[in-house]
Amino acid sequence: MIKVAAAPRRPEWGAGRRRRGGATPGTRRREPGNGTGRAGQTAAGVIGYGGGAWVVGGEREEGVLSGVAAEAVSVAMLALVLAFAVIRPWGWTEAVVAVPAAVLVIAVGAISPHGALTEARRLGPIIGFLAAVLILAQLCQDEGLFRACGDWMARGVAKRPTWLLTRVFVVASATTAVLSLDATVVLLTPVVFATAARLNARAKPYVYATTHLANSASLLLPVSNLTNLIAFAASGLSFPRFAGLMLVPWLAAIAVEYLVFRRFFRTDLNVTPAPSQAAETAGVPMFALIVLALTLAGFAAASLAGVNPAWAAAAGAAVLGGRALARRRTTPATIWRAGSVPFLAFVLALGIVVAAVTDNGLASALMRVMPSGTTLPALLATAALAAALANVINNLPAVLVLLPLAAATGPGAVLAVLIGTNIGPNLTYAGSLATLLWRQVVREHDQGEPDLAEFTRLGLLTVPAGLVLATVALWAGLKVIGG
Amino acid sequence: MTVITWIVEGTWAACVDATRRIAPDNAQIVLLHVTSGDVSAAAHGAYAGLLGRGPRRDRDPGPRLAELGAASATELLEAAARALGRPCSTVERRGRVEREVVAAAEGADLLVLARDGDDARLGPKSLGPASRFVVDHAPCPVLLVWPRETPGTASIPPPPRHPHHPGPGSSR
Repeated sequence: MIKVAAAPRRPEWGAGRRRRGGATPGTRRREPGNGTGRAGQTAAGVIGYGGGAWVVGGEREEGVLSGVAAEAVSVAMLALVLAFAVIRPWGWTEAVVAVPAAVLVIAVGAISPHGALTEARRLGPIIGFLAAVLILAQLCQDEGLFRACGDWMARGVAKRPTWLLTRVFVVASATTAVLSLDATVVLLTPVVFATAARLNARAKPYVYATTHLANSASLLLPVSNLTNLIAFAASGLSFPRFAGLMLVPWLAAIAVEYLVFRRFFRTDLNVTPAPSQAAETAGVPMFALIVLALTLAGFAAASLAGVNPAWAAAAGAAVLGGRALARRRTTPATIWRAGSVPFLAFVLALGIVVAAVTDNGLASALMRVMPSGTTLPALLATAALAAALANVINNLPAVLVLLPLAAATGPGAVLAVLIGTNIGPNLTYAGSLATLLWRQVVREHDQGEPDLAEFTRLGLLTVPAGLVLATVALWAGLKVIGG
Repeated sequence: MTVITWIVEGTWAACVDATRRIAPDNAQIVLLHVTSGDVSAAAHGAYAGLLGRGPRRDRDPGPRLAELGAASATELLEAAARALGRPCSTVERRGRVEREVVAAAEGADLLVLARDGDDARLGPKSLGPASRFVVDHAPCPVLLVWPRETPGTASIPPPPRHPHHPGPGSSR
């Protein structure tokens, strides 16, 4: 029997569930009240969410390996998965290593099959939601939505030089919030560049703004970022409540970016664009816009009705996809590719490996540094810790690691983690030090070399200010409308 | 005589006009444009920072921006050559903009460039970092032109109300 004090356990999915072989050798759930959680944590040590519960303070199921060995194996596997995901050798997809690593941690008993299944059940709906949003974004692209955005951004720019920046901010923030940061990075960035080129404007401020907003404007909705989707499920918040609490932090983060960009790029931005030729404009894809608006309304309605809002995303994707297929504008293969199945497999496998790492000791170690409570200093410290972790590895594993601990404190702490993991990656141009260092090592000359000093200066000007202001706004929101 | 005219988005037309007016008939005119890799690198970095999305070239916006940038540079140089209306050669370089311009200007007799910044008033900040570097390091004479009609001297803000005039006791 291995005892791991104060380690948050994976959620338990109701009493009387089936265990390995029907029995529960060496497993005992602490009754509420017996938890060995720290002071300030929910006294019972049990925090319900999504039909399950985080049991704080429990005893680890006996596996093949001892606690230390299990943690060592889990950490090694996590390091391997992350290293592979950063390096992406031989053009292989990240799931090639992540899935076997997940199988291995289960095989050696670092996480029980039941624990892995629980994690899979927790992540399953999130992954489905993610797939629906990815497909929705691709279908919007096929409908010409982003081209229409380019036309809108270009309109009336000759009158005021800073007009283009303002419109890029509006489009990039809205795209990130509604269709997720993937859509902004992959689908919107080329449109922003092409629009700047068409207007004879200098593209740099606009492209940099788009890449920055893909992170910092991803606070608003659960669909805006994969980190949000994961946290949303654990927060116990409804969709409208999540958005309500994050609205002002989202606006604060965008405002910081806008003010810094206006000043940082003032010489480039003050050059009045001079469109070389009047480009022909495409029509506005009204159908796609209406479906998007209905999908957004569906998120709120489904959430309030107790239905997973993923169904609203799926319905939106089905309507747009069905129409595109009927009009032969897309093929089932294209839609399937937009769903990025290897990516979904990677997220699932990463979740299982991270669960093994947190269960075997990381959680108790992090608990000592993890602030508790929702006072302003505690929220600021939580956001800072999340930003630091996101910057060292990446925000996806950071949120997986920190979430169980934050969920123990409540929705306020969960949202503070998101502020850190979503705004933090702007400090480095590649989203994290690990990625940045690797890209520097291999010196991807064909991609050109960024001016790292300039990008880092921009990050230092926007990230700390954005973190602080967004967290203060969150704290105020929690005071006014409550967690 | 060799005249290098630095073509930059937004301000190149004034440089071309100045070149046409100033360059002697027998001058060799070179229209120079430099594409910086940092914009496509930033886009590539944003994609690289998304963990687990796969090394998919069709999704990575970096190469797409590099292509768009190359096409846009070609169009820009063609438009500038048309606007010049005189025999000239065009040069497209890739790399750190300020370094490439200085390197290209070596041995030239004149480098023509436009100021950046607010074109409604005289005064700072009239040069962006790249133009500042080029003016500071140019290995040849430089002609700095206004991108649009030059504002009057009245556009300069009034001097500070209490300018520092060293009195007889404070001078050293």
